[in-house]
Amino acid sequence: MLIRNNRFPLPHASEITPQAVYQQRREFLKLMAAGAAGASLAAWAGRSARAQVQGKLAKLPGAKSAVPGAVAADKVTSYKDITTYNNFYEFGTEKDDPVATAHRLVTRPWTVSVEGEVRKPKRYDIEELLKLAPMEERIYRMRCVEGWSMVIPWVGFSLAELIKRVEPTGNAKFVEFTTLADPKQMPGLRSPVLDWPYLEALRMDEASHPLTLLCFGLYGEVLPNQNGAPVRLVVPWKYGFKSAKSLVKIRFTAAQPKTAWERAAPQEYGFYSNVNPKVDHPRWSQATERRIGADGLFQAKRPTQMFNGYEQQVGQLYAGLDLKKFY
Amino acid sequence: MAKWRKPAVFAASLLPFAYLVWATFNNALGPNPAEYLTRATGDWTLRFLCLTLAVTPLRVITGLNWLLRYRRMLGLFTFFYGVQHVCCYAGFDMGFDFGEIVRDIPKRPFVLAGFTALVLMTPLAATSFNAAIRWLGAARWQALHRLVYAVAVAALLHFFWMRSAKNNYAEPIVYLAIIAALLGWRVWRRVRAAQA
Repeated sequence: MLIRNNRFPLPHASEITPQAVYQQRREFLKLMAAGAAGASLAAWAGRSARAQVQGKLAKLPGAKSAVPGAVAADKVTSYKDITTYNNFYEFGTEKDDPVATAHRLVTRPWTVSVEGEVRKPKRYDIEELLKLAPMEERIYRMRCVEGWSMVIPWVGFSLAELIKRVEPTGNAKFVEFTTLADPKQMPGLRSPVLDWPYLEALRMDEASHPLTLLCFGLYGEVLPNQNGAPVRLVVPWKYGFKSAKSLVKIRFTAAQPKTAWERAAPQEYGFYSNVNPKVDHPRWSQATERRIGADGLFQAKRPTQMFNGYEQQVGQLYAGLDLKKFY
Repeated sequence: MAKWRKPAVFAASLLPFAYLVWATFNNALGPNPAEYLTRATGDWTLRFLCLTLAVTPLRVITGLNWLLRYRRMLGLFTFFYGVQHVCCYAGFDMGFDFGEIVRDIPKRPFVLAGFTALVLMTPLAATSFNAAIRWLGAARWQALHRLVYAVAVAALLHFFWMRSAKNNYAEPIVYLAIIAALLGWRVWRRVRAAQA
């Protein structure tokens, strides 16, 4: 008896495109996209990669946060918009680059080195970090320096939980955050946009504020790579770029660190970068913003709030500071 | 056949516009439609500017003199997409608040450069019909329309300045190369004619 177990014709092994070749083609497409007609080509090509749906990643539930101001009443932005419209230059400078290329990021094993002016420096394994404190869900407004905003249900715990465990010394005045910079996983590192690795920093009192979030998840699931997996920072009263993604190092320092954007364009991006409608960016006004997925195309942009609406919680951190000078 | 060529080019030039209108009403512009439309109309302005500037070099090099008949149409489409680009800025960014726009233009050099390009294009569009050539006289008309070279420089400056803070010049460099080649060819031909 003839047993036919190949009822569907399978492609010959030689006909299957090896993954490396497939990825080279993607790279070629990206390269073309840099060309004149390419901006629109990239948009077309990115369309297929845009279908991002919830429910594919591991669950990471968080209890409703009790921290004052941690649960915004605003309408939450859709999972699709949050995961397909990203600034994560390590994966390319276009908004739809990260969703197309961040699948290359390997998030296990992963360690975060906590070092510098602390009594208990330690290399944390990501699994250990995940169990450090109870997970909370926090609904934060996110205001990008470019003039758009979202409302995002993050999952994580206050960075303060980690800070108290490593016991900063009296010399610790600032905390510096470093993003992974591996050209093998991050195609955007080939471009000279920034001096890699990405580096951000906060003053000690900002880092210790309960709203400053060490974030592991989004929408009750672990972070998608393009949103900064496996662990990132979220500082809701500052422009989005302060919230460094895919962290590999947290260092406590005595001197104020020079951040990646301060090094690239000091006249445009200051150390503080607090959301402030009264201090314009040199190339555009910061008085208003467009809420992604909420404000209609022909609707007026909404006014931007001082400290992104977190003035009540964080305003006292900046009492007496000239916010025009220390922008 | 030749009878259909001009309407075909006209229709093809309208395709980007048709797509943007369709996508706007079918929610197909991605998470930030205002940004998408502003960028798309800016890109198409630059592309039509390159096409317009390419007509003369192509005509001379290939000897296909009928190409000249498309120059005016392509130039007017450059203006068409440029006006839409400005409308995107004025509407989506500034909410058609003209006081705010007047304050904004000199404050931001890259907006000023783009605005200059549009202002310089306006008299060219306004004198694009045949009667204008008769009124002005061919020599004066041609001198006026050399403004298109200034438009190209202002448009490039606008694009480079916009991208300056992020050191992200991949796209502007492509346009710079194309426009430099198209203008360089004209300079080269002048120099050669002067030497002959």
